Amino acid sequence: MRRRTKEIASFTIMALLLCAVGVGQSWSVSLAIINMCLISAIMAMGANIQWGYAGLVNFGVMGFTALGGLAAVLVSYSPVREAWSVGGINMIISLLILIAIIFAIRFVLRFLHKGLKRYVIIFAILFLGLIIINQFYKPAVIAIEDVSPAKTGFLGGFGLPIIFSWFVGGLLAAGVAFVIGKITLGLRADYLAIATLGISEIVIAVLKHEDWLTRGVKNVIGLKRPVPYEIDLQKSDWFISLITKFYNSRLELIESIEEKQNLINQLVIEGSSIFVKLCYMGLFTIVLLIVLYLSNAALNSPWGRMMRAIRDNEVSANAMGKNIVKRHLQVFILGSAVVGIAGAMMTTHDGLFTPGSYQPLRFTFLIWVMVIVGGSGNNLGSILGGFVVWFVWIEAAPFALFVIELATSGLDHENSVKIHLLNSASYFRYLIMGATLLLIMRYRPKGILPEKTRYV
Amino acid sequence: MSDLLNALVLLANFLFIPALSYGSQLALGALGVTLVFGILRFANFAHGDLMAFGTMFTILLTWLLQSYGINFGFLPTALLALPFAIIITIIFSLLVDRYVFRFYRLKKSPPVTFAMVSIGVMFITNAIVRIIIGPKDRRFFDGEKFIIKVKEFKNLTGLNEGLAIKSTQVITISITIFLVAILFWFLQRTRTGKSMRAFSDNEDLALLSGINPDKVVIFTWLIVAALATTAGVLYGLDKSFKPFTYFSILLPIFAAAIVGGIGSPIGAVVGGYVIAFSEIMVTYAYKKFFIYLLPESLEPQGLVQLLSTDYKFAVSFSILVIVLLVRPSGIFKGKTL
Repeated sequence: MRRRTKEIASFTIMALLLCAVGVGQSWSVSLAIINMCLISAIMAMGANIQWGYAGLVNFGVMGFTALGGLAAVLVSYSPVREAWSVGGINMIISLLILIAIIFAIRFVLRFLHKGLKRYVIIFAILFLGLIIINQFYKPAVIAIEDVSPAKTGFLGGFGLPIIFSWFVGGLLAAGVAFVIGKITLGLRADYLAIATLGISEIVIAVLKHEDWLTRGVKNVIGLKRPVPYEIDLQKSDWFISLITKFYNSRLELIESIEEKQNLINQLVIEGSSIFVKLCYMGLFTIVLLIVLYLSNAALNSPWGRMMRAIRDNEVSANAMGKNIVKRHLQVFILGSAVVGIAGAMMTTHDGLFTPGSYQPLRFTFLIWVMVIVGGSGNNLGSILGGFVVWFVWIEAAPFALFVIELATSGLDHENSVKIHLLNSASYFRYLIMGATLLLIMRYRPKGILPEKTRYV
Repeated sequence: MSDLLNALVLLANFLFIPALSYGSQLALGALGVTLVFGILRFANFAHGDLMAFGTMFTILLTWLLQSYGINFGFLPTALLALPFAIIITIIFSLLVDRYVFRFYRLKKSPPVTFAMVSIGVMFITNAIVRIIIGPKDRRFFDGEKFIIKVKEFKNLTGLNEGLAIKSTQVITISITIFLVAILFWFLQRTRTGKSMRAFSDNEDLALLSGINPDKVVIFTWLIVAALATTAGVLYGLDKSFKPFTYFSILLPIFAAAIVGGIGSPIGAVVGGYVIAFSEIMVTYAYKKFFIYLLPESLEPQGLVQLLSTDYKFAVSFSILVIVLLVRPSGIFKGKTL
């Protein structure tokens, strides 16, 4: 019972904080924070599936987030036909050769014993393969990137509604997670952390520099939306009448028709941005609830019990006949898929894909702070962690500004220390994050909402 | 004959010397990581930011010295500031250890917990650096820039290809040789060094034979902070100082430490050069080199580049992953997994 009250209390406090932002700053800001909180919460749940359920340290969260973003581009952007006609066939040939190389290597690995001969043959396959691929790939890249480079210069996508990309993002992340997991699982925890961190950097490097696929650092902007545009809303009659109904009492007080019309216009513009954010919020909440339901169901099933057994004692779980490598791979794929879904949602929400903006501090370690602060192994904890940490991350800068103003209020306005501190206020968020992480790990190592202890 | 010489000078100028100095910087960084791993037994994700922290103080002190009109002749002023910055970094590391890591060491927490905690330290160090000096790119090199200029070399030898040797490259390499020699002498010959190695080999036995663990820990942080600051300053002198770069250089450093065999100091040094050379060799365009060597009929069409330079960092991670798979204990048997 105490547990339930604690959960309710924590989420109520969080809701009150968000309301306070709504009243104090503006509802638009508050809703923007809530939307990112929802996405962060889903990412944190993905990381929690890996760390909390199975004890896998995945420092490659950023890579899967970016893959989700890539999926959003590939699904929703309309295909660039010209680019396909100049380079499409060569690209497909390159892809086929790549697959052939991978199968050749797998074949060698299966049928040749360990030794110098095997390495030499693998090396030869790779070397020859790279040379052959380059014959098709390099001209194709040049041709594709030459197609009106200022606007497209890439293959484009499939032109489907962007909401599909949330599934595709999950699938893409899962596929890559399968490959990464095959390679790295089995390493000891801290090596796994380093390896996944490195691999996620490779993923980002590819997304950043393969312009034919993602436009690279030129960014893809103007992605389609799953929700209406503000401008369309402002023109549609039903929305205007909705707003007038909503603010009826306030509008009735105004006598002059001209003033009334001005106020309506202003309210419609404000309302449209809030309405769009509410639509996103609805969509994100639905996904969050589905993921929460599924992962809780998994956690409470025999499968979840097995995962916890493996996490708590690998040796004895192995002795009970559980295939640890396979289960680890499974949970790694599941968690990564959830992160991929969240990544696609984030790109959808932003409406643009910027490979240059993915940084491990923000997209990997911040997510980890969410998991640890919320309470690893507990899905509600991860959600709470996502909300709290994102809220602090956003509100840290204004808060730091306020504190600095207060602390230096005795100083002159021209004082260089004061100016310097005010300019670097946004970096205090790193300080607050680090301190939060250290304090939680020290004094509440199980997080705000600890995992349920099941058998005492 | 002159074609061959030209080709060799070309490689020396664009491949060998840059790789040697970059490798030295990685080696110094990797030594720090490997010592923390070998003796304190965790992967320190805050190492890159510790390097940035030390470099930041070096820069601040350099500015202070410059404002008094003090400089180091043809050498960069930063080298004068370096010892003081090292002292500040040592104090910082010891404080962090006392108030953060010690608690988990006494509790004998698993390595993963330490890694998480080091991420907290990373956030905080990162914040301190950015709050004090800001995220901008800073160059703090002064003094003589080149030892040999391209033109001088061409005039001297009469070759087509020039060789430029930057003074930062010579400084980097000589300081690395000096520090590595001292470190190995310390670890092999002195009593404290031996007790550190014993502690790394077998903690229980070392404690049993009366080695004071607190002393070992303090000396480790002393060395690690000094190495990290020096590595950071050398990297910053050679390229430039930007807090974000110092975070990303953490990965090649980890790669170097693991490739060499984590926990093994000699491995860290070798690993640093392996990573640096492969990063630069794989992404170097050999076109000109082959033009010198091959007859005209065989001249290459493309750039003869295995991977574009965009993938420089990716090369080191790939090597890291390959080594983890093929020989997880690294070149020089480090700690086995």
